[in-house]
Amino acid sequence: MSHVQDELIASDIEAYLKQHEHKGLLRFITCGSVDDGKSTLIGRLLFDSQMLFEDQLAAIEKDSKKWGTQADAMDLALLVDGLAAEREQGITIDVAYRFFSTQQRKFIVADTPGHEQYTRNMVTGASTADAAVILVDARNGVLTQTRRHSYLVHLLGIRHIILAINKMDLVDYDAGVFRRIVDDYRAFADLIGMEDFTAIPVSALKGDNILHPSPAMHWFHGPTLMGCLETVEVDETRMQRAPVRLPVQWVNRPNLDFRGFCGTLAGGVLHPGDRVRVLPSGKESRVARIVGDEGDRPRALAGESITLTLEDEIDVSRGSVICGADAPAQVADQFEARIVWMHEEPLYPGRTYLMKAGAQTVQATVTDIKYQVNVNTLERLAADTLELNGIGVCNISLDRPIPFDPYEENRDMGSCIFIDRFENHTVGAGMIEFALRRAHNIHLQHVDVDKAARAALKGHRPGVIWFTGLSGSGKSTVANRVEKKLHALGVHTYLLDGDNVRHGLNRDLGFTEEDRVENIRRIAEVSRLMVDAGLIVLTAFISPFRSERRLARDLLEDGEFVEVYMDTPLEVAEQRDPKGLYRKARKGELKNFTGIDSPYEPPEAPEVTLEGARLDVEAAADRVIEALRDQGMIPR
Amino acid sequence: MRDGDYLTHLQRLEAESIHIMREVVAETENPVMLYSIGKDSSVMLHLAMKAFHPAKPPFPLLHVDTRWKFREMYAFRDRMARELGLDLIVHVNPEGVERDINPFTHGSALHTDIMKTESLKQALNAHGFDAAFGGARRDEEKSRAKERIFSFRTAQHRWDPKNQRPELWKLYNARKHKGESIRVFPLSNWTELDIWQYIYLKDIPIVPLYFAAERPVVRRDNALIMVDDERMPLEPGERPEMKKVRFRTLGCYPLTGAIESEADTLPGIIQEMLLTRTSERQGRVIDHDSAASMEKKKQEGYF
Repeated sequence: MSHVQDELIASDIEAYLKQHEHKGLLRFITCGSVDDGKSTLIGRLLFDSQMLFEDQLAAIEKDSKKWGTQADAMDLALLVDGLAAEREQGITIDVAYRFFSTQQRKFIVADTPGHEQYTRNMVTGASTADAAVILVDARNGVLTQTRRHSYLVHLLGIRHIILAINKMDLVDYDAGVFRRIVDDYRAFADLIGMEDFTAIPVSALKGDNILHPSPAMHWFHGPTLMGCLETVEVDETRMQRAPVRLPVQWVNRPNLDFRGFCGTLAGGVLHPGDRVRVLPSGKESRVARIVGDEGDRPRALAGESITLTLEDEIDVSRGSVICGADAPAQVADQFEARIVWMHEEPLYPGRTYLMKAGAQTVQATVTDIKYQVNVNTLERLAADTLELNGIGVCNISLDRPIPFDPYEENRDMGSCIFIDRFENHTVGAGMIEFALRRAHNIHLQHVDVDKAARAALKGHRPGVIWFTGLSGSGKSTVANRVEKKLHALGVHTYLLDGDNVRHGLNRDLGFTEEDRVENIRRIAEVSRLMVDAGLIVLTAFISPFRSERRLARDLLEDGEFVEVYMDTPLEVAEQRDPKGLYRKARKGELKNFTGIDSPYEPPEAPEVTLEGARLDVEAAADRVIEALRDQGMIPR
Repeated sequence: MRDGDYLTHLQRLEAESIHIMREVVAETENPVMLYSIGKDSSVMLHLAMKAFHPAKPPFPLLHVDTRWKFREMYAFRDRMARELGLDLIVHVNPEGVERDINPFTHGSALHTDIMKTESLKQALNAHGFDAAFGGARRDEEKSRAKERIFSFRTAQHRWDPKNQRPELWKLYNARKHKGESIRVFPLSNWTELDIWQYIYLKDIPIVPLYFAAERPVVRRDNALIMVDDERMPLEPGERPEMKKVRFRTLGCYPLTGAIESEADTLPGIIQEMLLTRTSERQGRVIDHDSAASMEKKKQEGYF
């Protein structure tokens, strides 16, 4: 707020309010390290737009004496500082949001640290930004971190990149320095496919080219930083020109006569009477009303949270997407996507995660990591897993088709997050590039001879008896006995164990965590096929991870999976050591051995728990048979 | 579409808040809206009515009462619930009542801890609420600038700053284990000025205490405290005097400082706020501890 604004506030507050009703909103992210003067820059924007109150200023002055780096001057960087622990370390470690406004716009600044390990935070901050300000220290020029930040904001689809070349006061406001850095940066921008950027020479500390053109840099004729931020196009305004998309969040049914579909318009401009197609069902109708609390509305713009009704009674639920009938979204269940991993536990191909895209949550598996990108060098590297802060191009397979648009065309329709099914953490972020095949082209061959028909021949219901437990816990011993008993009862069985799987189907797999995941995934798939064939399958593998056992269970129908936990203490199993493996593991000759240097996650709710320490094999086998009778798999 | 059409900052903030509320209602089992009767609560309630119109918001309001709010606040609360036809739950910590916890004999810290922090946990547990909307904003205080919109609490209602989920795009992960809960802040990106402008634009009802009027006050520790009822003990020689005052924030009356003011209209309030340049939290007695105190309170479960 300028001095002119102050006068208007004092003389005619209602005129001021009228003027400010029409302000727009721009969200931007600042990238750079503390050394580039990033906090000082944000402090400067807050300070110069006078969005600071006296008591806040007093607090900063007090803090400056305690923590500041600017000798006696007030340290603007302290304005944008946060949690106590971070303050003591002298760094910020998360995304912080700041607010300021001018006559034209309100601004929300996502402030993220520049440190390498915090790719996760930058991606988070960039996901909601319309523009990015990338800070470069004029003395250092384009550095590795500048390239990394630029790659990330470009990856996240930010269209307005502002290169703020800071600390011009320390290079005597030299035009040559500025031009050299711009040329360097342009070469890099071309390399990553960044079409455009705006370079501005500034001094955050002195205020040059921040709000006002700098008297020290007459050679520069471009906009000031604030001038640029006040005029770049907001992403939602651009999205008005995109096809109509309404991801349905909530169906509003106060009574039998009203069925409103609520959501935030993710593209286009919508009017009553517009023809729409609902995905994934493909049914068409017209918009009847756009319902508002102050009466029906003549139209809705991208970015608005709306409620609409349709002319026809068609099936629409949370997760459906109402699209313009002339340009509907695609529907697919397999994609290529760019994934940024955000959790300490790496992404394993084959493991099932929840994926939330728009208002729908589905099960997703990464089937292949095509390559990983080194954010510093942009090299493509082969990868078996994606570690925290890793970025990979991956193939994803879903348990059902979803409507989507490529991320590049529509950020809300092409973005997704990955969620760990057990811990519920948000573990990754994805940007959909394209469908690997269109779901509506898949025609599953309808087979008349189905599972039920095959099972009917057998006289028992098919299913899997999944033994899990430490090496030496007694899995194979009990599984063998159960198979003999079932065979005697006339049940068609098959036992999968290390001997017949490790040497054939899975001989290409080792014992690393990701290979173990893949090992179990294959076993689960083979079991499912055998269940489809009508068999009762017994599996005897350590299968140490809950998520893979869950995957196996989820492949089957309810009642087809019996988890048998061999609850044998490590000391007992180690003492038995039938194959001498514990001894080798203890000596360090065997890596990633479950119980020694690789974890075992006991089941939370197994159908059967057998105490393995004092094992009565006969009694144990009988208990499993009894469980099969309880589940109705075999007759009593 | 006409050229140059865009959403204003208030329209965008409104859309974001409504999106958040609908997401919570769709993804949690038993949500509740914390209603503190202040201006932020008034805006949050207005947005909830809008988000689910023509239905009523599919959750009740919860007021965690300390028994020390201004009388006008209670009257306003009951009127709003009645007029909007909403289910209002009022919870007072029965232990606090039994021990007669009050800000005068027990001090602001203990009073706040027992009557607000503990009481809120009691109410959330008693009703089994798994998500609670709160009206906190990121601009209120430095440590809140980093608070997520969906803030996860353990079964003990503790907030762990190291274990919060990243929030990308408009995709909120509301999944949690049994016993865990989420505090959701739909007004995170609003500033104090946005709140006032929106109240002005939409003509949203607020408690009259925000407007300047002659009220009986005493001066204590450099703050003007309103003598709202006979429970307020006066020091020897202390006499309430009538002053034209108003409040920038509302809480327990013995803990809320008034400012002398002539502003008795909404534009007047906004004008005064823009010209005086002290932040609203100055009136809150509980903030006058160390800079990091808010963060500590948050970890303990205070909003």
